[in-house]
Amino acid sequence: MTDKIDIQALLEESHINEVLDALDKNLVGLVPVKQRIREIAAYLLITKARLQLGIEAAKPSLHMCFTGNPGTGKTTVALKMAEMLHRLGYIRQNHVISVTRDDLVGQYIGHTAPKTKEVIKKAMGGVLFIDEAYYLYKPENERDYGQESIEILLQTMENHRDDLVVILAGYQDRMGTFFKSNPGLSSRIAHHIDFPDYNEDELLQITKLMSDAMHYNLDTNASKAMQEYIQRRKQQPHFANARSIRNALDRARLRQANRLFNDAIQNKKHATAADLSLITEADIRASRVFTNHKITDNKTG
Amino acid sequence: MMTNPNGIVTQGQFSFLPPLTDTQITAQIKYALSRGWALSVEYTDDPHPRNTYWEMFGAPMFDLKDPAGILMEVNNCRKTFPNHYIRVMAFSSVRGVESPTMSYIVNRPKNEPGFGLVRQETDGRNIRYTIHSYATDKPEGERY
Repeated sequence: MTDKIDIQALLEESHINEVLDALDKNLVGLVPVKQRIREIAAYLLITKARLQLGIEAAKPSLHMCFTGNPGTGKTTVALKMAEMLHRLGYIRQNHVISVTRDDLVGQYIGHTAPKTKEVIKKAMGGVLFIDEAYYLYKPENERDYGQESIEILLQTMENHRDDLVVILAGYQDRMGTFFKSNPGLSSRIAHHIDFPDYNEDELLQITKLMSDAMHYNLDTNASKAMQEYIQRRKQQPHFANARSIRNALDRARLRQANRLFNDAIQNKKHATAADLSLITEADIRASRVFTNHKITDNKTG
Repeated sequence: MMTNPNGIVTQGQFSFLPPLTDTQITAQIKYALSRGWALSVEYTDDPHPRNTYWEMFGAPMFDLKDPAGILMEVNNCRKTFPNHYIRVMAFSSVRGVESPTMSYIVNRPKNEPGFGLVRQETDGRNIRYTIHSYATDKPEGERY
């Protein structure tokens, strides 16, 4: 037994750098988040070394809370986080069970506890990701069963610290109220990570990444139109960052398909591979965002 | 008089060994999961060997990947029925039906009174033998 430990070797055997590099490459922006994740990774690696030398006795608490607006990459980061924890040996299974209130809270008395326990059992050994966690607590209804679910979660977070990592996610302000009314929960969460909104440049970069992943091209004019689209869309209600971009691209794909279809029928034109993967300015400008109608629902494109 | 060196009921796997520890149970569960078997927890207070169908403690767990969840259920069952027989079963679906592949007792009553031999006189002074568990003289739920 030596009292020296090769951190370099520990780092290499866990292949954690690959995860962090992938995070850097695949996620646009989110600089503070990436910074925090690097810090957590370093901390966990050092703790692992300390555990091996016997300086540290207990595993650190790993429960986390991700706050941020919709579409800022909370779920994506949770998946990466699970991979990281798995590689470092803090969780046994590389799985993320993503749930919302509906999966945890029952409809009638006595329904909640088995339901929550079922989910916890399924998530054991991995990560339990609770999206929109603030919905669990409804202060306006004192007979709400959400509280029961929270209590079971709390108990599990404490007693099964080695078996389960819980990640809560939600909007920042609502999560704030949620934690204020459940102080026990807040104190059991070691890492609070805030996800900032994307700025316009980052959203445009995301567009590029997404369309590349779908094997579509935006020409120069389409990119310009997209930029304008982002500016306009941001002003409108229910803007969901990267998710809105994905939706916009999906609708542009629909319009592109429609355009090619009509071309083929009316003008008997043959489409080349390039045509099939090109999204033009017109495909984007046809969006309702460019008309002046006030749009209230989130199904806008 | 169904006696054995330990004076305990021996059914399923590992029953001649000292009681399994949680670590050992976890290792067995892990093995079952690695073969793709589903696990379930069952309990009873009727130790008769022909009592094949025990009560299910919750539904069988088909979609779990990690032993910790199943061990949690074992411990819940122990807490609810500290003086019952509890067994963990594994089921393989390879044949198209869930067929038992493993079965081992993980909890037993502190005091197991054992079995008595019952003789029944039938035609022509013939004797029929059967065994009778002393524990089942009492009604269900009050046996141990």
